[in-house]
Amino acid sequence: MKDRGESTVSVHGGESRSKPSDAITDSIVCSSTFTFEDSASIIRFIEENEQREEYGRYGNPNEKVVERKLAALDHGEDSVVYSSGMAAIVGLLMAKLSAGDEIVFFDQCYHRSREFCYKHLARFGVVTHQVATGDFAAMEAAINDRTKMLVSESPTNPHLTCIDLEQFVALGKEHEVETLIDATLATPFNVKPLDYGVDYVWHSATKYLGGHNDLLAGCITGSQEKLADVRNLRGIMGGVNSPHNLYLLQRGLKTFALRMQRHNENGQALAEFLEAHPRVEKVYYPGLESHPSHAIAKQNMQGFGGLVTFLVADADWKQTAAVVDRAKIARIGPSLGGVETLIEQPLIMSYYNQTPENREKFGIPDNMIRLACGIENTQDLIEDLSQALDL
Amino acid sequence: MTSRQMKFRTRAIHVGNAPDPQTGAVIPPIHAATTFIQPGAGEWGTFDYSRSGNPTRSAVQETIASLEGGCGSLAFSSGMAATHCATMLLESGDHILAGMDIYGGSYRLFHKICAASKIDISLVDLNDTDSISRNLKPNTKMLWLEGIGNPRLTIPDLPALTQIAHQHGLLVGVDNTFATPVLMRPLEHGVDIVMHSATKYLGGHSDCLSGALAVRSPELLERLYYIQNATGAVLSPFDSFLLARGIKTLDLRVREQSRTALKISQFLESHPRVNFVLYPGLESHPDHQRAKQLLSGGFGGMITFEAAGDFEETKRIVKATKLFGLAVSLGAVESLIEQPASMSHASYDAAARKEAGITDGLIRMSVGLEAAEDLIDDLDTALGR
Repeated sequence: MKDRGESTVSVHGGESRSKPSDAITDSIVCSSTFTFEDSASIIRFIEENEQREEYGRYGNPNEKVVERKLAALDHGEDSVVYSSGMAAIVGLLMAKLSAGDEIVFFDQCYHRSREFCYKHLARFGVVTHQVATGDFAAMEAAINDRTKMLVSESPTNPHLTCIDLEQFVALGKEHEVETLIDATLATPFNVKPLDYGVDYVWHSATKYLGGHNDLLAGCITGSQEKLADVRNLRGIMGGVNSPHNLYLLQRGLKTFALRMQRHNENGQALAEFLEAHPRVEKVYYPGLESHPSHAIAKQNMQGFGGLVTFLVADADWKQTAAVVDRAKIARIGPSLGGVETLIEQPLIMSYYNQTPENREKFGIPDNMIRLACGIENTQDLIEDLSQALDL
Repeated sequence: MTSRQMKFRTRAIHVGNAPDPQTGAVIPPIHAATTFIQPGAGEWGTFDYSRSGNPTRSAVQETIASLEGGCGSLAFSSGMAATHCATMLLESGDHILAGMDIYGGSYRLFHKICAASKIDISLVDLNDTDSISRNLKPNTKMLWLEGIGNPRLTIPDLPALTQIAHQHGLLVGVDNTFATPVLMRPLEHGVDIVMHSATKYLGGHSDCLSGALAVRSPELLERLYYIQNATGAVLSPFDSFLLARGIKTLDLRVREQSRTALKISQFLESHPRVNFVLYPGLESHPDHQRAKQLLSGGFGGMITFEAAGDFEETKRIVKATKLFGLAVSLGAVESLIEQPASMSHASYDAAARKEAGITDGLIRMSVGLEAAEDLIDDLDTALGR
């Protein structure tokens, strides 16, 4: 499947040509446990490491097919799927880090992933560092002989900073430290970090991969060898996804390539519209020449995604909130990547309890709006934003 | 912006999908309930019993009505249940005129089931608009046709046929399964009832059987609703959810499938082992001009062609493809291929097959979402040189 077109992999990747009952779609296997013919077959399963199901927490047919499809889309050998994006990153870090180990983050990585390290991995003796996003010198300075992993998101949320994947991988290889990219916003359609030599790719599959705002899922993709202990630990920690949900994820992936083309188109069109709008002070979108990451984004990515962040000109937080509240098609809500466009003001949605000083430190001005473009008609979205800005 | 002002693709996502007022959920919940608590004895709430109405089914009905430009729609457990409901508007002694190029299941319904209720049926050549007047009987009540015919992909002159049929007081029903509301909205041409096997493009993922009727007149909607409620072939809440989910990408899928189908049909037309290709987007198609007038945004994802080979050779070709699934049905993300003579139209008798131009070498394909280049490579290998 590797040399097949992106949309062919979306539809057929990872799936068997012949399925039970000759059905065209995979059946939903709800069974929590799997039976054995007789005692001898259990012994054969154990002694010969036979590939079959045993108990739902260790694997399920719906999980396997989705994992193969996700791996195919990301050009990985294997993918391990979890019940949410956070379950995936926690599963990976718990498998890879031990007391005394250190991890270095770029500071625009998803805040809950850093929070997990600072608050919880710290209790188990893992030391976390964070450095300014894209500052490779600072990242290198933070590396020592206990460092086990370098982590970055690309593009980041909500600033959409893209990092140079070649440089990131080179730094890891030079110091023999593994690298992890959160590619949730990019998706495999726009960038395949494994092709650059990154060790692990992390997705919140709740977003573009599921694509319909109706399921939670996460995954880690990489080589079979590196993921063997991750898979094993998932079977112990138990953050597996349900067969019903996994079927919906597989179904969502069938239109993945098609949806991403439209997300990219809508993102670019809205970013250009907003940049030209007199009531907009600034737009963050890697597909715009004005974005600091534009050059590296063009080099690394096939498209720039559906997320667009912008600042309303001469607006305080209330005037900014009024713009959000006036949107008619875009619904107010966290998350992104579904067919429905969502809109939110980071100050209120994610940083409401932070001090103004902290917000400034995180680069979250009061007049910032994050628009997660869906796949609606482009002109309808432009008209919606246009009337929302027309105070 | 009201839903009336939104464009098709936006309505497919937002109409019938208002966030849940109780929880704010952006995806309306699946209401599995079979019954609903009422405000008091003899007082009825919006929903009472799920056969009569269910919130999840109502939501997808609202979406379909909006996309077809109807005043309302009804969702059924299959396309045949929808067609059957439409025929139950008639009574013993009535007569139906139907196009020659119709789905085998509709053919069977008209000839075996309706006939048993003493409803008479005549198949007519809809290429000839005079055929309606010629075959009209005093008891003719309905004209039934397909927006894009099956399997020869004929495009009847829908506005003209509808006008003639209305002059004679007939109800006009159009099976819009192949064209989908993305490409054609028959109600805009004056048609009374639009029928869908929603199993196909509307659902789009080969995983929910469903049917729909959409109408322009509230009076007709009321009559059809009465029949549906009385006979009970309603769509389940889970399938209503899957159908609604599928419809959100309908516009993207059908436009992409149309683009790919045009490329494939051009490839097939130049292939030495192909006798002819029937695709409304090709200039060689007899109805190409009409297709350009009546369809917008593409010519659909269905292609029919005749392989240079006999019955057995044709069987070999359809089995030799790797990406196409050998199966009936159509309209899904996966490409499918079949031989009408032995599969979709096997329920026609041999004489009727011949009359409808369904030769042994005919192959019908439903183009999915795979990359056009991959599908062309696959067909090229299967056809051989």
